[in-house]
Amino acid sequence: MTMSNNHGETTAASYAVGLALALGALLGLFLTARAVEPVMVWHGILFLVFCAGGIFLLIRWHTAGPSALDTGLVYNDAVTRAGVVVSMFWGVVGFLAGLAIALQLAFPVLNFDLPWTNFGRLRPLHTSAVIFAFGGNVLIATSFHVVQRTCRARLAGEIAPWFVLWGYNLFIVIAATGYLFGVTQSREYAEPEWYADLWLTLVWVVYLLVFLGTLWRRREPHIYVANWFYLAFIVTIAMLHIINNLAVPVSWTGTKSYSLFSGVQDALTQWWYGHNAVGFFLTAGFLGIMYYFVPKQAQRPVYSYRLSIIHFWSLIFLYIWAGPHHLHYTALPQWAQTLGMTFSIMLWMPSWGGMINGLMTLSGAWDKLRTDPVLRMLVVSVAFYGMSTFEGPVMSIRAVNSLSHYTDWTIGHVHSGALGWVAFVSFGALYALTPILWRRQRLYSLQLVSAHFWIASIGIVLYITAMWVSGILQGLMWRAYDNLGFLEYSFVETVAAMHPFYVIRAIGGALFVIGALIMAYNLWRTVRGDLRVEVLPVPRPGPAMAPAE
Amino acid sequence: MIRHATIERNSILLLVLILIVVAIGGIVQIAPLFYLESTIEKVQGMRPYTPLELAGRNIYVREGCYNCHSQMIRSLRDEVERYGPYSLAAESMYDHPFQWGSKRTGPDLARVGGRYSDEWHVEHLNAPRALVPESVMPGYPFLARTPLKTARIADDLRANRAVGVPYTDEMIETAVMDVRAQADPDADGAEDLRARYPKSQVRDFDRNPAMVSELDALIAYLQMLGTLVDFDVYKPEENLR
Amino acid sequence: MAREREIDQPTGTETTGHEWDGIKELNTPLPRWWLWTWYATIVWAVGYWVLMPAWPLVNSYTTGLLGHSQRAAVAESIAQARQAQSGYVQRIQAASLADIEGDSTLLEFALAGGRSAFAVNCSQCHGLGAAGSLGYPNLNDDDWLWGGTLDGIDQTIRFGIRSSHDDARVGDMPAFLRDEILDRAQIEDVAAYVLSLSETVEDTEAVARGAAIFAEQCVACHQDGGTGSPELGAPNLADGIWLYGGDRANVIQTIASGRAGVMPAWVDRLDAATIKQLAIYVHTLGGGE
Repeated sequence: MTMSNNHGETTAASYAVGLALALGALLGLFLTARAVEPVMVWHGILFLVFCAGGIFLLIRWHTAGPSALDTGLVYNDAVTRAGVVVSMFWGVVGFLAGLAIALQLAFPVLNFDLPWTNFGRLRPLHTSAVIFAFGGNVLIATSFHVVQRTCRARLAGEIAPWFVLWGYNLFIVIAATGYLFGVTQSREYAEPEWYADLWLTLVWVVYLLVFLGTLWRRREPHIYVANWFYLAFIVTIAMLHIINNLAVPVSWTGTKSYSLFSGVQDALTQWWYGHNAVGFFLTAGFLGIMYYFVPKQAQRPVYSYRLSIIHFWSLIFLYIWAGPHHLHYTALPQWAQTLGMTFSIMLWMPSWGGMINGLMTLSGAWDKLRTDPVLRMLVVSVAFYGMSTFEGPVMSIRAVNSLSHYTDWTIGHVHSGALGWVAFVSFGALYALTPILWRRQRLYSLQLVSAHFWIASIGIVLYITAMWVSGILQGLMWRAYDNLGFLEYSFVETVAAMHPFYVIRAIGGALFVIGALIMAYNLWRTVRGDLRVEVLPVPRPGPAMAPAE
Repeated sequence: MIRHATIERNSILLLVLILIVVAIGGIVQIAPLFYLESTIEKVQGMRPYTPLELAGRNIYVREGCYNCHSQMIRSLRDEVERYGPYSLAAESMYDHPFQWGSKRTGPDLARVGGRYSDEWHVEHLNAPRALVPESVMPGYPFLARTPLKTARIADDLRANRAVGVPYTDEMIETAVMDVRAQADPDADGAEDLRARYPKSQVRDFDRNPAMVSELDALIAYLQMLGTLVDFDVYKPEENLR
Repeated sequence: MAREREIDQPTGTETTGHEWDGIKELNTPLPRWWLWTWYATIVWAVGYWVLMPAWPLVNSYTTGLLGHSQRAAVAESIAQARQAQSGYVQRIQAASLADIEGDSTLLEFALAGGRSAFAVNCSQCHGLGAAGSLGYPNLNDDDWLWGGTLDGIDQTIRFGIRSSHDDARVGDMPAFLRDEILDRAQIEDVAAYVLSLSETVEDTEAVARGAAIFAEQCVACHQDGGTGSPELGAPNLADGIWLYGGDRANVIQTIASGRAGVMPAWVDRLDAATIKQLAIYVHTLGGGE
């Protein structure tokens, strides 16, 4: 069956969207004109340009025919292609920002003592760029791809998916530029101010509707497990985002707001959000990616349907409780800390359910790891997922946390998850998607994928081992007592002791950036339609390999 | 018993069940913090920030100080001996948002108030390694050069009142004047300020009488951190939790 | 689209009969080790809830059978640490400096405590090695602004210098130019005289003029010959040690604008024993009097 790009059908909707964009442009103009501070002027202009650009695209979309790539296709791959491009772009930006701030910690002169280049403003830029800009765009792009393929249905709406993608990226640009000018709520991973949050809420609701609408169109009786995870990710992030960002703006034309909650309630709300940004953005969403791309790339059935059910429901139920383990020994009442720790421990096996389902899907296909570097990337990502979801519960134990909290151990833990799991599974998915979306025979070069894999892996190992050592060392130095019972070290001695590890970490980060640049080059050549002449590893003959166990 | 296949076939059912399942944890953990009386200790001395301190706090937030400095002394021996009494929930009751932090690249600041002289802060914020050679902190020389914007400070107090901070009408009316009264040694109103905000420190924090700078505000904020609660009358044994 | 269930060849496991974009699912049973480990974590969690504060109720929360409280625990661990040190601390509190210096175990204890407290509380200004920096005195030399006796140091630590404490040490170096006591030329002459106390100054006429002004304006605090008065915090100007820099421009700046360094009071922050240990430590660093 084919579904033509009959643009006439959506005319009424197009007028409505055009009107909304025009109103949005007026709002942007209003914000610009009435802004009480320069940043709001700039963000008003940005919004105006976005809406004007939207109107332009809308008109062009109605006047121009479908692109050659999309002719006669069921699926809306154009929006996914755009998603892949912006993902790669933000990935490189986010990794570079990370490298920059890693170097600042090793060599503080690199702060340049300017407002917009100091660590305090750049660190949120890095975290938001990698989590929300890179990770978020990967999630949007892959979810659009996966939900279409596994429902055998075209993405719901013609304009809406584009609005989701570009609207989300407008949010990213507003957030990132705001940080540089000191616009922040100071809530970790929820730094964007109230107006960016409102905009994201709108975008997110449309995202949910596009996703649900596609599920409604499905021609498969059952909803595939990847889509359960994507849906849980979208719904839960909406809940977390709205509640954690409740705030009262100082002025409707200014950037500053004050959070609705204060002190201890605010702290737990934030870490309920913060931990579940990890749990639902960086875990549930990326498990959705894994559940599609691992079996697809391995060409093997998913290991266990029963395990999917049990680990899905237990994971999403238990994860939400884990937030208070970020607040051990603080002024948060101890009963809440207990709940945070115990639920984190109970979360261990449900997390590993995903790892088991990912790894064991390769049963009977382990040999492909030798020949397919993309699959290798995906599988190693699952291994890192298993490692960091073991480390997490360990660090949630009060006694361990009393040492690890406030130190680089946390940073190392986050990066074993972020670089090893989230980024690697994203890389695998983007490598797998690009030839499909641009209708290429294969990637430009598998050897470059392999090079990327090894360089990035070495980078990750350097990074996380450096942070383990520095974190544990600093934690031990803070609490070190001499034999007469006096504190052994001043704070700044512990800072000085970190220097070599900060240098090693920056080297690890640099390797990771180099890997990503190789990837960007490889994808670009693939999109261009180039094929590098290289000797490809030959899969062993015969479909039925020996069972793994 | 509902078969999972039923859920898999019905996206709305799936959606609703997900929402229910993910809502439970947050409700059970967060809601009691608002109604259990034991959550926030009974203390004496807490008051809203003076307008100058609030402006300083906003600079602290703007520059992302929370990325490297915690304001939460944990109830662990080494932290109490290094930084002072463990932080109480009451001490951040007017903090919208909280600034407990999650990483100590630099030391905890919950009780930094009075630990250093103003001059030290001036020099340290300007060029940290001039005083502490091992430090990795960025310099903030621009704070001393930037005049503090105070015209809209009353709006900030109003927004804080909207979220529950007990600023009075009088405090809001006098907000702009109070900024000057606290940081400008030649201005009047220091006594009124102290009456409105007990224990507020009045002096030219940045040692530059020519203007009220952002540095004035930030140092005023730093110098009051952890100084409000009266620990002479606080009874820790009544606030175990 | 439900399809026939089939047996997957490599694993010999049955599929669920569903297929999405070519992806099938096996219906492998839950791994036993996985399930039992999970049950074990749940049992452990339930046990922990029984023993420790855990569940919020309507008016309170479950406190647990152990009645544990992190705040009680830290108070207990600090009390234990103090208890372990109490023998030394009591003797130090009672003993004079001479006694402490004569008792090697006592001295060792006091120096360890002082070193630790110095690193944690004082090094940020005075430096890890107590060598100070511009505006923050070097504590290793025998030049003392406010006196280098044990009691003098103890008092300085306790109440600070120009701190907000009522008993703070207060001295006032006027701003001779800003307050229009002297004019620029006079200040340059005084600077020449002051510098001549510790080094050779070529412009002897300026030195002579400066000496006359110094005798009129400065000796009340800095004494004849600039030897200083510790009770007023007026530094010795003849020893070649300069807190705010000893080149001509710095000295002129000091006379013109005055100096008023601040040291915080530690009496509300550190206990008496710690302050005494600190004083002993600082006293032994260099030239305690």
